[in-house]
Amino acid sequence: MRKLSWFNLTSLTFGFAFLYLPMIVLVVYSFNSNKLVTVWAGFSTKWYGELFRNEAMMDAAWVTIRVALASSTLATVLGTLAAYVLVRGGRFHGRTLFSGMLYAPLVMPDVILGLSLLLLFIAIGLDRGLLTIILAHTTFSMAYVAVVVTSRLVAFDRSLEEAALDLGCTRFEAFRLVTLPIIAPAVISGWLLGFTLSLDDLVIASFTSGPSSTTLPIKIFSAVRLGVSPEINALSAILIGIVSVGVITASLISKRAIAKRIADENRATP
Amino acid sequence: MKRFALIALPYSWLLALFLVPFLIVFKISLSDTALAIPPYTPNLDLSAGWQGIKDFFAGLDVENFTFLTTDSLYWKAYLSSLKIAVTSTFLTLLVAYPIAYGMSRAPDEWRPTLMMLIILPFWTSFLIRVYSWKAILAQEGLLNQVLLALGVIDTPLTILNTNTAVYIGIIYTYLPFMVLPLYAALEKLDETLLEAAEDLGCTRMKAFWLVTLPLSKQGIIAGSFLVFIPVMGEFVIPTLLGGSDTLMIGKVLWEEFFSNRDWPVASAVAIILLLILIVPIVLFIKTEEKEWEGET
Amino acid sequence: MAVAPHKPRPNPNQNVFAPWDDPDAVPLIRFKNVSKRFGDFTAIDDLTLDIYEREFFALLGPSGCGKTTMMRMLAGFERATEGTITLGGQDMGGIPPNERPVNMMFQSYALFPHLSVWDNIAFGLKRDKLPKDKIEARVSEMLRLTRLEQFAKRKPHQISGGQRQRVALARALAKAPKLLLLDEPLGALDRKLREETQFELMDIQEKTGTTFVIVTHDQEEAMTVASRIAVMDHGKIIQVDTPARVYEQPSSVYVADFIGDVNLIEGVYTRPTPERGEIAYAEGEPPIAVDPVDGITIGTRVTYAIRPEKIRVSREEPDDRANRAFGKIIDIGYLGNTSTYHVELSTGQMVKAAMTNASRIARREFTWDDEVWLSWRETAGVVLAK
Repeated sequence: MRKLSWFNLTSLTFGFAFLYLPMIVLVVYSFNSNKLVTVWAGFSTKWYGELFRNEAMMDAAWVTIRVALASSTLATVLGTLAAYVLVRGGRFHGRTLFSGMLYAPLVMPDVILGLSLLLLFIAIGLDRGLLTIILAHTTFSMAYVAVVVTSRLVAFDRSLEEAALDLGCTRFEAFRLVTLPIIAPAVISGWLLGFTLSLDDLVIASFTSGPSSTTLPIKIFSAVRLGVSPEINALSAILIGIVSVGVITASLISKRAIAKRIADENRATP
Repeated sequence: MKRFALIALPYSWLLALFLVPFLIVFKISLSDTALAIPPYTPNLDLSAGWQGIKDFFAGLDVENFTFLTTDSLYWKAYLSSLKIAVTSTFLTLLVAYPIAYGMSRAPDEWRPTLMMLIILPFWTSFLIRVYSWKAILAQEGLLNQVLLALGVIDTPLTILNTNTAVYIGIIYTYLPFMVLPLYAALEKLDETLLEAAEDLGCTRMKAFWLVTLPLSKQGIIAGSFLVFIPVMGEFVIPTLLGGSDTLMIGKVLWEEFFSNRDWPVASAVAIILLLILIVPIVLFIKTEEKEWEGET
Repeated sequence: MAVAPHKPRPNPNQNVFAPWDDPDAVPLIRFKNVSKRFGDFTAIDDLTLDIYEREFFALLGPSGCGKTTMMRMLAGFERATEGTITLGGQDMGGIPPNERPVNMMFQSYALFPHLSVWDNIAFGLKRDKLPKDKIEARVSEMLRLTRLEQFAKRKPHQISGGQRQRVALARALAKAPKLLLLDEPLGALDRKLREETQFELMDIQEKTGTTFVIVTHDQEEAMTVASRIAVMDHGKIIQVDTPARVYEQPSSVYVADFIGDVNLIEGVYTRPTPERGEIAYAEGEPPIAVDPVDGITIGTRVTYAIRPEKIRVSREEPDDRANRAFGKIIDIGYLGNTSTYHVELSTGQMVKAAMTNASRIARREFTWDDEVWLSWRETAGVVLAK
């Protein structure tokens, strides 16, 4: 078995401490009863109570969840389609433009995306609200879904689709019965990625939201712009908690699946 | 025909919601500010027929771009963004490399856990991760409390609302984007190559310079693009952690748009930023496309 | 140009399966002047070929010779650029893969990883909307045929490579296709399992009576399983014949060299008497005596191909063979069942001769640097004009 050298162990320890300490500090401070966040005055959960009584905050959370659900679902459909077209579609006119437009939002600064989408909505006379945020989020989440699905499709043995055709499937049946079940994990993680990106986005939502559709990040941003707020600490702690539980569960499931696979393969070789 | 429909759906979506918006930004950057809704002129009035189109084009000019060059605020902001983006990309690489290297050399059974630990912040809200540093870096924040208690310093340091805080924020939030491609490259590295280098007379350090580093080039390039390009237009980090003297073009654009309501100038700022970034963006897509779509 | 060996004689024994020798037999598959081009690259070049019902037909050639393209055209994944392919008299052009009575066993097996062995085999039957009990009966039959009954509920990754190969076969056979295509079916198996599986394949082919077309680059595999072999190179068929004829009467240097081990000796063909042919191959050596060949102009350069096992090695000069040559052993390749001797003739020519190691005793008859006689009959080799 390999052992870590001192150098590697040290860099990992410091690296992960750097990544996690700020979040841990945030969670700890969320239980501070003092209104001055950084001065400890005893354990309390009162900020959580205040948070749940804050109706504007709860409304924003509800808006955000609806936007995230709708945009990640739309983005998953479009992104999967785009990935399939790129990997299986062969050559077609404007392929370079297509892949360029598809992947550019991965790195394009949010301010540019947000500004350009807002100007589009105004030019076509679309009132800013839930719909405009959903359209905007779908456009950039699509890129992430496409990347995740593309790499799964590339790794996928093409003769599986041919076998389905050979055994009597139409192209659509082959996609539904063979391709989709096999790329499903990638499609699901693409959806989750789109969902979190949408939950997280401040800049694009600021440009494309209307007065009645304030999202949670916009609320958080305006609350913390000038200083720290105990209520936001509580909200952050909740969000960090949800993500941690989700990610840890997902990795445990995949770890178990891998272990099972290895066990199966050992059993298979006689 | 069916194939055409499959391509047409995502294609037209991207044309309508990605390409057309840029054309509109470009057009507005050539317009004039006006006290109207929307706050710019001219507007294309197709009902006026040919005359309308002629008026529309006659109303366009490059005045806003000239304005950007005359007011030193703008080019200083571009330069400062460039400097911050380059420096922080390099610093992030320095911090990320040992982590990625350590991960790639860790025992096999640790790796899924380490991977999960890198990915977890990636899924956690960006805004919250930036915000978390406010309580640490503030005058009366945790860092100063600890340093004062340890007797390292006598008076609290001013870090929050300076460029140092911006650098810390960028390194912190963009670290996973650098670690992941580096790890992907380093993990593929065959350890017998290092043994071979040592067998042929290299010291460990020399083997690192001559073998490990060149072979992780792909990861370094990908990671640097993933940090550099978005940081150029970063708005949240300089706004939350930077001070009044922190100049970044993303912040300028935001203020021009929301505070000054000067849409044509904001559009011109965006166009110039896009021109600066177009080369790195195209390079990034070209190199990564092969990786994603497989080299066929 | 190829030299016709003996004219295929109509077989007097009607029990032997040889429809290709029967002028009245109607082929199941006909390639007629088929060409396939991918851009500038010609994968198949004006190819004409008949394959008969119940045949086990092998397409043999190095990678890139066009054999896989031919198979993919039969399956319907590629369309011929020119020419027609008919199956049972019906033109196959434009018929999509899912509507052809043809099934394929893929090189990678292409088993659906998310379905059990049972569901993999039932996959094609379900597409035909067969009643449930029919499907169940057919799947059970296939499981029995391939001895997979106890693995029905397992997923593909839970079984061994050899079992996966059998699932792929069962799945392709389940729809009872008129034609089964096998793309390098045994390539992923290790040598021992491959040999066993070859016989199993032949057995199943015989039991089901299905026409099999196999693509392979392994000449031993083709020789073992096939009723006829088509040797391909650069999109063309070089020779189509039974394994024995391909081996013993290759039509060209390419085929002789591709199949098995061979000595190729270049010389000039002469015919001193109508009953006797000769090849002069070296100054100072007596010419090689051969059976006379019609159709070769006297005085042309030819290649004489002779298999190593047709040459005898002896210490004394033999007097019962028409051809003799004297030389020195340079190298010995010990293969267990046989030994190959590399003998350098006085002319400098290297000739390989193989001898069976019949006795187990370690005492070797010949060793390095021994001077030996090589001898062979006039019928042992083949004269090739190209």
